[in-house]
Amino acid sequence: MTTTETPTPREVTVIFNREDRIFRGVVTGGALTSLVVLGLIGLFLFMRGAQIFGDKGIRFITGTNWTAGSGDGVIPDDFSIGAMLVGTIIVSLIALVIALPLSVGGALYLEFYAPQKVRGILVTLLDLAASIPSLIFGLWGIQVFTSFGERWAVLINDWLGWIPIFSVEFDNFGRSPFIAGCVLGSLIVPITTSVAREVYSRTPRDLVDTCYALGGSKWGAIRAVVIPYGKSGVIGGAMLGLGRALGETVAVYLLLNLVFRYNFRILESEGGNVASLIATKFGEATEYELKALVAAGFVLFLLTLVVNMTATTIVQKTTPRA
Amino acid sequence: MSATTTQEPVAEVRPQTPWSASRSVRAKSGGTLLLSGLLAATIVLFTGAAGIDGWAVMFLGVSLLVALLRTARVGGKERRDAVMRVVITAAAVASFTPWLSIFGSVLLKGWPGIHINFFTQDMRTTVPDDFLEFGGALHAIVGSILMVTIASVITLPLGILSGVYLTEVRGRLTFLVRFVVQSMSGVPSIVAGLFIYTTWVTATESFSAFAGALALAVLMLPTVARTAEEVLKLVPEDLRAAGYALGARQWRTALMVVIPTVRSGLTTAAILGIARVIGETAPLLLTSLSNSALRFHPFDGPIASLPTYVFGYLQIGTEYAIARAWSGSLVLLVIVFILFTLARRFGGKDKR
Repeated sequence: MTTTETPTPREVTVIFNREDRIFRGVVTGGALTSLVVLGLIGLFLFMRGAQIFGDKGIRFITGTNWTAGSGDGVIPDDFSIGAMLVGTIIVSLIALVIALPLSVGGALYLEFYAPQKVRGILVTLLDLAASIPSLIFGLWGIQVFTSFGERWAVLINDWLGWIPIFSVEFDNFGRSPFIAGCVLGSLIVPITTSVAREVYSRTPRDLVDTCYALGGSKWGAIRAVVIPYGKSGVIGGAMLGLGRALGETVAVYLLLNLVFRYNFRILESEGGNVASLIATKFGEATEYELKALVAAGFVLFLLTLVVNMTATTIVQKTTPRA
Repeated sequence: MSATTTQEPVAEVRPQTPWSASRSVRAKSGGTLLLSGLLAATIVLFTGAAGIDGWAVMFLGVSLLVALLRTARVGGKERRDAVMRVVITAAAVASFTPWLSIFGSVLLKGWPGIHINFFTQDMRTTVPDDFLEFGGALHAIVGSILMVTIASVITLPLGILSGVYLTEVRGRLTFLVRFVVQSMSGVPSIVAGLFIYTTWVTATESFSAFAGALALAVLMLPTVARTAEEVLKLVPEDLRAAGYALGARQWRTALMVVIPTVRSGLTTAAILGIARVIGETAPLLLTSLSNSALRFHPFDGPIASLPTYVFGYLQIGTEYAIARAWSGSLVLLVIVFILFTLARRFGGKDKR
């Protein structure tokens, strides 16, 4: 018996004439706008902020002061974003610590536990939640969530106050990194959950079924197959969420007291955030202060760009495009 | 294989699902759930744990206890399974609750401010503390529509070109373009605003709707480009081959076969892009500011928008001002939901 080879279609080769080349040129030009815009953002912010980097050097990112000078040189201008950077990272990490377990749990629930009828509704809800503007999260946070958050903060402080980060100087629990972090957490949960769900749904069904066939329970299958399989995808999703949290402006602006000193007590009513610093100081900034704000924006831009590029690389590696 | 001589008329076979819970099992688990809820409520009453969140925590505790008791006599494997079922369900409930709370509170707190005047008047002659029957958000709605329209006009062609490049031209830069688009979607909105401020606003020396639109376009482009790529990828390779076979050049195939095929998909891309930026506040604070009067001019001076309207009245902080902010949010959320529904409607069309 001879094996007949199934003919595979030959790769279509197209010879491009002049019209085609024009078309390809135009399309390539259009596609490169995003590259150009991204480059221009970096370039312009750097150019406008360059004077600050020159004046302050590394102290721009390590110092904590943000003092607008008196203009006559008696009180000199002193702008640095150390406290705001640390604050940004603290708030985003709180958000991530809250969002990660919730979204892994949520994604597992949607993929493996939810009854078929409920599932469709919940997935729609998840997609909807991803499109709620962050402004509305902030509004809800300050008007609705804060009363809950303060109560939780008091409880945490009562029980765990002996741990330095849960201690407070003043008994005022509103507008703290904790509360801002909680709201940011619920803001990034839709992002991380969608990515996690996407990855989990790609788990080879055979492997899961094999687990059941070997007598494994549902959790056994999830722990042995699903979670290891989706691990790096979930990490990538978490980093996407982190990038979102680092750059969030209005929600944090509404929920956090900006105080210009290093603060690691997350329940204290003081914190920092580069993005909301820009929004706060922009209105009445002097020309020199404006440059400092642009420089701060440049640092934020670099920070989020690095986080996002890492996340993108991880996600693209783990979810091969169909 | 032996041929069957007689064929018994077979009754319609319905798929059996022996693993699904029988009615008694379901009744039992429902009962357990109810009892756990009552028990949790009792604990809350007697221990002074407060509010709906206290109850939820108690309910979680009781459910865990029930799971442990129920599996006390079987092996550790079943126990872990039962406990994790409770934990995972709790995580899902915890992540969905804030969103439901947001929908609920926006609806409840926003509704009182929704009168016809909210859509027909601006705030030119109204102070924030006037009764909600006076003044409205017409100027904000018009401003938002104006900026989003300009942003779409800029972004849509670029986004589609980017998608066409990734799926049709497939040049050497494919990887780079895809990577940059993805990274660009993570640019913080305030940075986009700052960028337009340092370029356009300082150059024209004027805040304007057009500046706001440019900032929104920066944020909108990655969404449109990515969605456009996704839908263009759905076009079967056969269609392109058919185009070539008919003697069409690549540009004709792309423009007259591929793109028309996914017309509604590209509409989805536009809608998703709009939904992405309609609620953006931060960039507008730096580029279009706000205004209390109805304006239409895209290049001339500050202009209102829904997000800055909400943000501004929330900052004022008096009772009626906050009510106005909630009403603005309600309108914003309704717009987002309408866009979302439209995107779904159009998105389903191409897939067949």
